[in-house]
Amino acid sequence: MIRQLTSSERQNAAVIAIAVAIVGLAMAAVGRTDVLGVHGVMVMLFAGAVLFYVLSGLYQPEPTEDRETSYYDDPIKVGIVLSMAWAVFGMFMGVWVAAQLAWPNLAFDAGWSSFGRLRPTHTTGVIFGFGGNALIATSFHVVQRTSRARLAGQLSPWFVLLGYNLFCLLAVSGYLIGVTQSKEYAEAEWYADIWLVIVWVTYFILYLRTIARRKEPHIYVANWYFMAFILVVAILHIVNNLALPISWGHAKSYTVWPGVQDAMVQWWYGHNAVAFFLTAGFLGMLYYYLPVRAQRPIFSYRLSILSFWGITFFYMWAGSHHLHYTALPHWVQTLGMTFSVMLLVPSWASAGNALLTLNGAWHRVRDDATLRFMMAAAVFYGISTFEGSFLAIRPVNSLSHYTDWTVGHVHAGALGWVALITFGSLYTLVPSLWKRERMYSAALVEVHFWLAIAGTLIYVFAMWNSGIIQGLMWRTYTEEGALAYSFVDSLVAMYPYYIARAFGGLLFLIGAVVGCYNIWMTVRSAPLAAPLNADVPIAPAVAGE
Amino acid sequence: MDLDHNSVVAFSKSWGLFYLIALAVGVVVYTFWPSNRKRFNQAKNSILGEDDKPWK
Repeated sequence: MIRQLTSSERQNAAVIAIAVAIVGLAMAAVGRTDVLGVHGVMVMLFAGAVLFYVLSGLYQPEPTEDRETSYYDDPIKVGIVLSMAWAVFGMFMGVWVAAQLAWPNLAFDAGWSSFGRLRPTHTTGVIFGFGGNALIATSFHVVQRTSRARLAGQLSPWFVLLGYNLFCLLAVSGYLIGVTQSKEYAEAEWYADIWLVIVWVTYFILYLRTIARRKEPHIYVANWYFMAFILVVAILHIVNNLALPISWGHAKSYTVWPGVQDAMVQWWYGHNAVAFFLTAGFLGMLYYYLPVRAQRPIFSYRLSILSFWGITFFYMWAGSHHLHYTALPHWVQTLGMTFSVMLLVPSWASAGNALLTLNGAWHRVRDDATLRFMMAAAVFYGISTFEGSFLAIRPVNSLSHYTDWTVGHVHAGALGWVALITFGSLYTLVPSLWKRERMYSAALVEVHFWLAIAGTLIYVFAMWNSGIIQGLMWRTYTEEGALAYSFVDSLVAMYPYYIARAFGGLLFLIGAVVGCYNIWMTVRSAPLAAPLNADVPIAPAVAGE
Repeated sequence: MDLDHNSVVAFSKSWGLFYLIALAVGVVVYTFWPSNRKRFNQAKNSILGEDDKPWK
């Protein structure tokens, strides 16, 4: 990997690593025994490891070929490996916390392994670790292929990828030690947040500069989704994490937003994290890898543009549906509810566009589990966006809110849509990236597919049952006007569903492990003797104007 | 005009409506503009090309 860098780039890499290590040293010095100090040492170790790698390769031969004649795939490959590693970690933590709900003794009476600390390691591990690395890797791949240009930087892709993973490590380790901002999906503390801003702005600039170098006249729609994902996540992250640390030497901070404004900003962030992190970016994957795998152009390009702008403008207003029946002004709740219902139109436009693209290629969906992953993802996307619009309606929300129904809805989206489209994309990407003819084992892709589907269905049905039972028990009154059930009664009723949910999650985790093995064996297998299509001329019929 | 709650609400309930409708009209016009058809058709087929090298 270091062989792709010139010696001045290697020196720059070393300088950056040293600078990061110095920041780590400063954090350790002012933080001392506080968590900030522990994280300072972690930053130093991370930067030190990078520095060691760079220095050990400093005098390797420089690249002789013209790098602009090939795409930059090394960061993508590392991103895929990191993504799958985080998937196994994050899903394991998910199974563990799910099992803790059924069997509380699994916390083993320790502070770090209590439910409240493990749960954010699950959400951060799967959303940011697994999903984020997959998004970075696939966006680097898609932007190069659709622009017909190499990434606009040799060092910055590595800075983005490694810097992002450093953020994830700081976040997850912090939760275990006990720091949190108490904001859902934004639990990491102020110093990690500042670091993520630096990494993310670099990511956006790199993406824009690559687009600017494009040889294709038109920017393919997948790039629009990826750009919306990067830009909006930056805005959300900065606004929601505006906070003042209690001192420079302390990890704890307090948000600048007061009271109900804080709640509104948090759920503006939270729901748009779902919209732009977990939807827009993955729609970027869908609009590229699904047509490529099916070898058919997208059903309607115009519809993809309309749904892009629909999603971009509608989602921004939907966050307040998380705050129905709270101190938030009534009209703001109604605004969020209305936009959530309208969101169904662009969401189903995307899901329908994907399924109609496959219309006429159903035999391939039947035979090819990779394509089936993406087909199932589009179906789950349609289902969970319908469910989301429905749950955002205020009277429905009065039944569902604070119950497991919400958890089921999130996982219909996260497992059924986000994870399935990611696995489908990775199974398309891995053979082409490592120049293999196909995945190591088609049968194992098939096994993974059915484990993932079974796991998702068991999970979602368990949570639907549990959530609705819970919601009904909480609102049942006796003839005297007292509540008929205590909270503990509803817990007892949920017990079998908690076991079923943990089992469904376990199946999904096993599927991800099978996927890791399959990807690993594909990478290890012998490459094609001659690259596919090496003989075709470069300029096809649709060459740039 | 001071920036109290009611004036902000009035502003967003009136102008917010207009600029969102204007944006929606703009997007629809762009999408269905006849001369964009060729560009979109090219774009949707462009990703199916088989070469795996940047263009010169």
